[in-house]
Amino acid sequence: MSKKQIETLVGLFVLLGILAIVLLALKAANLASFSFNTTYPLLARFDNVGGLKVNAPVKSAGVKVGRVASITFDSKNFQGLVTMDIEREYQFPTDTSAKILTAGLLGDQYVGLEPGADDKNLQPGDTIKMVQSAVVLENLIGQFLYNKAAEPPSKEGSGKK
Amino acid sequence: MSGWSSGRVIGGKEISLAQPHGSIGAAGSDALVSIQAVTFGYDSRAVLSNVSLEFDRGKVIAIMGSSGCGKTTLLRLIGGVITPQAGRILFSGAPIDTSDRAALYALRRRMGMLFQFGALFTDLSVFENVAYPLREHTKLSEQMIHDIVLMKLDAVGLRGAATLRIAEVSGGMSRRVALARAIALDPEIIMYDEPFAGLDPISLGITANLIRRLNDATGATSLIVSHDVEECFRICDFAYLVSGGRVVGRGTPQQLQAAEDPEVRQFIRGEPDGPVRFHYPAVPIAQDMGVGA
Amino acid sequence: MSEFVAGLGRWALATLATLGHAAAFFVDLVRNSPQTLRRPYLTTAQVHAIGNRSLIIIAASGGTVGLVLALQGYITLSRYGAAESLGLLVALALVREMGPVITALLYAGRAGTSLTAEIGLMKAGEQLAAMEMMAVDPRVRVLAPRFVAGIISMPLLGAIFSAVGVIAAYVVGVLMIGIDSGAFWSQMQDGVDVFKDLGNGVVKTIVFGVATTFIALYIGYESEATPEGVAQATTQTVVVSSLSVLSLDFVLTALMFSTP
Repeated sequence: MSKKQIETLVGLFVLLGILAIVLLALKAANLASFSFNTTYPLLARFDNVGGLKVNAPVKSAGVKVGRVASITFDSKNFQGLVTMDIEREYQFPTDTSAKILTAGLLGDQYVGLEPGADDKNLQPGDTIKMVQSAVVLENLIGQFLYNKAAEPPSKEGSGKK
Repeated sequence: MSGWSSGRVIGGKEISLAQPHGSIGAAGSDALVSIQAVTFGYDSRAVLSNVSLEFDRGKVIAIMGSSGCGKTTLLRLIGGVITPQAGRILFSGAPIDTSDRAALYALRRRMGMLFQFGALFTDLSVFENVAYPLREHTKLSEQMIHDIVLMKLDAVGLRGAATLRIAEVSGGMSRRVALARAIALDPEIIMYDEPFAGLDPISLGITANLIRRLNDATGATSLIVSHDVEECFRICDFAYLVSGGRVVGRGTPQQLQAAEDPEVRQFIRGEPDGPVRFHYPAVPIAQDMGVGA
Repeated sequence: MSEFVAGLGRWALATLATLGHAAAFFVDLVRNSPQTLRRPYLTTAQVHAIGNRSLIIIAASGGTVGLVLALQGYITLSRYGAAESLGLLVALALVREMGPVITALLYAGRAGTSLTAEIGLMKAGEQLAAMEMMAVDPRVRVLAPRFVAGIISMPLLGAIFSAVGVIAAYVVGVLMIGIDSGAFWSQMQDGVDVFKDLGNGVVKTIVFGVATTFIALYIGYESEATPEGVAQATTQTVVVSSLSVLSLDFVLTALMFSTP
């Protein structure tokens, strides 16, 4: 095979490989929806972050508006400090509330933002004041049992009166 | 095989690509390569012990000895592939320093080596093999390279085989191709590692003739490592006999044939028994056969 | 007993010596690699020998692995009513693990053995020594181009493997079984991250390419100059390459994909 032929074939091979990578990136991975938008940080403090993980999505009205950047322990207030990177095009009013929700019944946890009605918007680095921690199953069960135990005994009691 | 030359001919004058031949080296010495008190060996055994040899310019010198006596080691020492543990080797008066890779490579460009089985590049054609050193070390145009390669192939009688692949070339022919490749840059010294081994009579004759005539035409020095006494004596000017890591005989073919030394006599005449014993060391045969004490 | 311990000691020392020798060889390869830019055709010719010639087996294997993953995956997923996640399953499996690893194993078997045999035979036929005597450094002219060619070829082959696998899974899942095409792709795109999954997969192929090509070249270079020696060397290449790929995969996966 001549030099020219070999060089052409190798060029084709490299082209094919690059095409494969591009195909995978666009069709299989999320490059198409990849936004290189800049983001701004918002903070929120939770009593319990539950199973929230770094890189979990931040959604509002079910649409992804950002990602959880970091989760640290605030030793002053003994709360979980969650830093979120929100895409710059989305602004939220200062009385927005943040909740830790679960996708589906047993899915991953994410942060849901419910906007308030204020005129002014949250600035980069602001803290969201209204938060709802993650629902912890054990607490729920404990609460249920406690409520059940505190209920006045109905059938026996009414008979005696 | 008349009218051939190994150099490029322009306007009737032959030009060579390498250093001018015939220049004298150190103070009156005519030796191109000088091996001085060299010792080389591996942990278990010494291959060469305190050997000294001189190879004069323009001569064909044979290094003979039985297998494993250190002949090929000498070639590798001259080529700088291995370093002696003691002594030194001079090339054109200058000692060979194996630690300086650049200088070593510059030196090797003045040498041509013919390996025992040719060592041709199997993925290239005959033409490409001979052109290889030219392409690597010169900036000559393709046209010039084409002409030089064909001249070298013509010198060994294989100009018509230029387009063959190495797989299509017979054993004797492949050695001639390797020879053409070895002389591509007109080296000052050509080293032959067992050039006569395993050749039929016709190829033997061709090879021996080529070695002699190339040497005379280019003024190069030729070193032949071989144990074929008859062929070597036909063409060489001087010979060394190496045995057991030492030089046991040196001289012209006539001198060696008249030598008195028993080791030299045994080798030159091919006698089965002498200083090199026929029988491998063993207990007396009676003992082995279980007869007698 | 003492004989056993002494033997163990000897073996350990010998292995250390080999490792040191191999490390020096590796450093040499890397050091000589930039020089291949001076004669790009050498490397190009090697990419042809290593990459182009492996294309068919890699693509065919990628296709069949994709098909099988789709079939088997569907059986299990449909038990939990999650059949629509088939695309996600196949893509993640291929891009993260099976693409890089299977490509590397096939590469070691096909290209690795041919490299070993070629270098071994060149050494046996004194071609490398002849080059040295002609003042041509065989490490630069013979070894480094093959090394660089391997590093270039592996990621490309790995990507082709995964891409063909995903397409094959699409053919099985959507066209044959009848999973919704939209769900197939959207679930996949949702779950496969360009940098974390695809990017790490590419990094894996590069690491595997370096390892397998280096191993093939080293074993070939150190092989005995006899027919048996070369045969043994090619077997060794496959075994050592495969074990290295699998061990490296474990280390890389732990580094890349473990949850904090």
